[in-house]
Amino acid sequence: MAEAIAFLPARASVLSQRDNIVTDLARLVPADCLIHEERELAPFEIDAFISYRRVPLAVVLPRTTAQVAAVMKYCHRHAIPVVARGAGTSLSGGAIPQEDAVVLGLSKMSRVLEVDYSNRTATVQAGVTNLSISETVGIDGFFYAPDPSSQLACTIGGNIGMNSGGAHCLKYGVTTNNLLGVRMVLVDGTVIELGGKHLDAAGYDLLGLVCGSEGQLGIVTEATVRLIAKPEGARPVLFGFDSSEEAGACVADIIGSGIIPVAIEFMDKPAIEICEAFAKAGYPLDVAALLIVEVEGSEAEMDATLKDIVEIARRHQVKTVRECQSATEAALIWKGRKSAFGATGRIADYICMDGTVPLGKLSYVLEKTAEIVERFGLRVANVFHAGDGNMHPLILFNANDPEEAMKAEEAGNEILKLCVDAGGCLTGEHGVGIEKRDLMRHQFTQPELDQQMAIRSAFDEQWILNPSKVFPLEGRR
Amino acid sequence: MLIPHSETDAAYVIRSAVADGRKFALCGGNTRSGFGNATEGAEALSSRGLTGIVDYDPAEMVMTVKAGTPVAEVEAALAANRQMMAFEPMDHRGIMGTSGEPTIGGVFAANVSGPRRFVAGAARDSLLGIRFVNGSGELLRAGGRVMKNVTGLDLVKLLAGSHGTLGFLTEVTFRVLPVPQTVETIVISGLDDETAAKAMAAAMALPVEVSGAAHLPQTVRARFIDGALPENEATVLRLEGLAASVAVRAEKLVAVMQAFGPVIRLGMEDSLSLWREIRDVHPYANGAGRPLWRVSMAPMAGCQLVAALRMEAGVDAYYDWQGGLVWMQMEADPEADFLRGYIRALGGGHATLIRASKSARAATPSFEPVPDAVAALSARVKQKLDPAGIFSPGKMGW
Repeated sequence: MAEAIAFLPARASVLSQRDNIVTDLARLVPADCLIHEERELAPFEIDAFISYRRVPLAVVLPRTTAQVAAVMKYCHRHAIPVVARGAGTSLSGGAIPQEDAVVLGLSKMSRVLEVDYSNRTATVQAGVTNLSISETVGIDGFFYAPDPSSQLACTIGGNIGMNSGGAHCLKYGVTTNNLLGVRMVLVDGTVIELGGKHLDAAGYDLLGLVCGSEGQLGIVTEATVRLIAKPEGARPVLFGFDSSEEAGACVADIIGSGIIPVAIEFMDKPAIEICEAFAKAGYPLDVAALLIVEVEGSEAEMDATLKDIVEIARRHQVKTVRECQSATEAALIWKGRKSAFGATGRIADYICMDGTVPLGKLSYVLEKTAEIVERFGLRVANVFHAGDGNMHPLILFNANDPEEAMKAEEAGNEILKLCVDAGGCLTGEHGVGIEKRDLMRHQFTQPELDQQMAIRSAFDEQWILNPSKVFPLEGRR
Repeated sequence: MLIPHSETDAAYVIRSAVADGRKFALCGGNTRSGFGNATEGAEALSSRGLTGIVDYDPAEMVMTVKAGTPVAEVEAALAANRQMMAFEPMDHRGIMGTSGEPTIGGVFAANVSGPRRFVAGAARDSLLGIRFVNGSGELLRAGGRVMKNVTGLDLVKLLAGSHGTLGFLTEVTFRVLPVPQTVETIVISGLDDETAAKAMAAAMALPVEVSGAAHLPQTVRARFIDGALPENEATVLRLEGLAASVAVRAEKLVAVMQAFGPVIRLGMEDSLSLWREIRDVHPYANGAGRPLWRVSMAPMAGCQLVAALRMEAGVDAYYDWQGGLVWMQMEADPEADFLRGYIRALGGGHATLIRASKSARAATPSFEPVPDAVAALSARVKQKLDPAGIFSPGKMGW
């Protein structure tokens, strides 16, 4: 595997103290919360951005905020890097450790602490999975809105780190719009609370700053999130178009008409074929692009809204319209989309890009993406959240061929630069992590990066929290 | 007052101020300049010279505007395309007794939101990108013009609501939404504060998408929509959307709310007036100048706070955001410690002194003091953006 992205050099002063550090950590947490045998460390050397791996110095899996605080205080005193980890589902390498780092895994802190329907909040430990919140409150008619594809596994702590989104954020927003408060351990072990069950900050919006900070400002151990009453029903409709341009124009027209569906998902021909072969969702194979548009509400409301949406699609020469009559049909429409990553993984290795572009630039960016990938002699499948411009081109390659892997990475970089040049950004919901770190200069000027890094330093002067990530290694202060 | 007419001028003025040791109170139209602790010896630096809509494509639901553009101009441009700012920014002129034109930069700098905030998010949730000059005179960008963006630290959220203490906003990019086709309000009469809180919680648990939930006690009820609300307390719930959908949802909501008390329905025109008056704190826009507090707590805690305070002081209050936002006018000078002590005891939140006599303001921290560790962190963050401390030092407590 090509090793194009550098990590910070391991601190010799830390590596040489390895045994002492393990001994010290053993005094801070119970024996079953500490992992240091090489064989047991293996699962923690990697995350869902599979291209890079590093064996950490040790892994701590605390059960309480107090234990997290003790570990942080210790690591801070000895300048030992700390990498926070939820479920390790990061697609940008946000949770990949480094040889001199202690991994602070929150997986044992997985309790829902309180559900408060009158105030419409849930307070949970950071290691709770995203889906389990909605599962806990669903029976009472509520849900937690952000729904990243990995929601079965990914944790709220990780969602906060990456400000995760999902398919339904067109209507409900991303994590930062649904997060009311956190309990957080600062780098020196101080425990603070930001926000709570009330709205808005008393002073600076530090909660807004922490959300999406990729584990660089502190360790979130608990979160209070907003619950929403579940709609009576939700129903998708599937449209097939002869060209991606028409599909893109249709999206713009739906939004422009004043209708805000809960989701608008886009798939191009390669993605349709891959998903259909895997999920047998009955997707049309004679179209170039497919949209899944979902609306919510009572039966009468959904009928009325879908009627308007179908009319707009017809103005764009829609070739196939599939409305569903039953929950089974609806589930089938979504099954294809939701299995996109898994289905793609069956036929090839892939890297998933995450740039976001203004809606008006969707068609242009799709066309240029195809050109870029073709130039590298690779294939691409596009599956993404069209309603909010968050593109997910999947670049297919063979990971056993180092040259092809390198090409895939280069093509990905070019696509992300394209997104930035089109007025968008490098990452919509996966985070910068290690993957996009060296592209940050394409989006930001050095003074802008310096300002962000200065603020980062206000939280972590020694830069021990997830230090190899987000900011280019050169030019750090 | 200094009024730069370009970003470059603004950056130059700020760099010069650092060199000369001068301090600035950043503002837009100065309609909200009474917020926060007074800063001695600061010269006003206004963004009102930076005006105009830079980019607006209704189909993208995103607008980019220079910071000093009047809110009225932004709202007119949006209305022409049947769009709006979903967070419903309030107009502070009534309660602050100020005149002039509120600016869009001021809205975001003070994170000003209205009744829809509790379901549609605050100003900070709609804000996608900014251009600003930091305290070193560097022109910087943060965020962008797309809704999903986790590229680097979210300085957009940090600057929103920083009341001009971290940077001088020169341009803002924000998300907009379609104006609902129709609006209706369900009014439940005669509920005491606590029952009203329960009724609002019950309404929010229904799948009917209530977009406004306020309780107007007897003392203020008659001051809304020219006294047209029915006798006794009024608990009001707003429904918005397509006409056919609102009709169906209203039926469902009324059916449940009738268990709490007598219900009437207000049509579109009355609803628009009522929610504008709730937004702008109409009952206390009386020029009386009695101390006015804005308190944010958990929805069920708002009425508990008011009940506790009433045991010891004269308090007139009404509730928005399902009960979590309390607008309170006090009879006597503000007793901040007493009020804030109760807020902590009732689960936390924050109280902001919006309006008070000069002497009371001098003696009272306007913003809710935060715990020492958070205050220290906030001060460090300010130091990183404004190293020389030239932007209203002390306005927010640091």
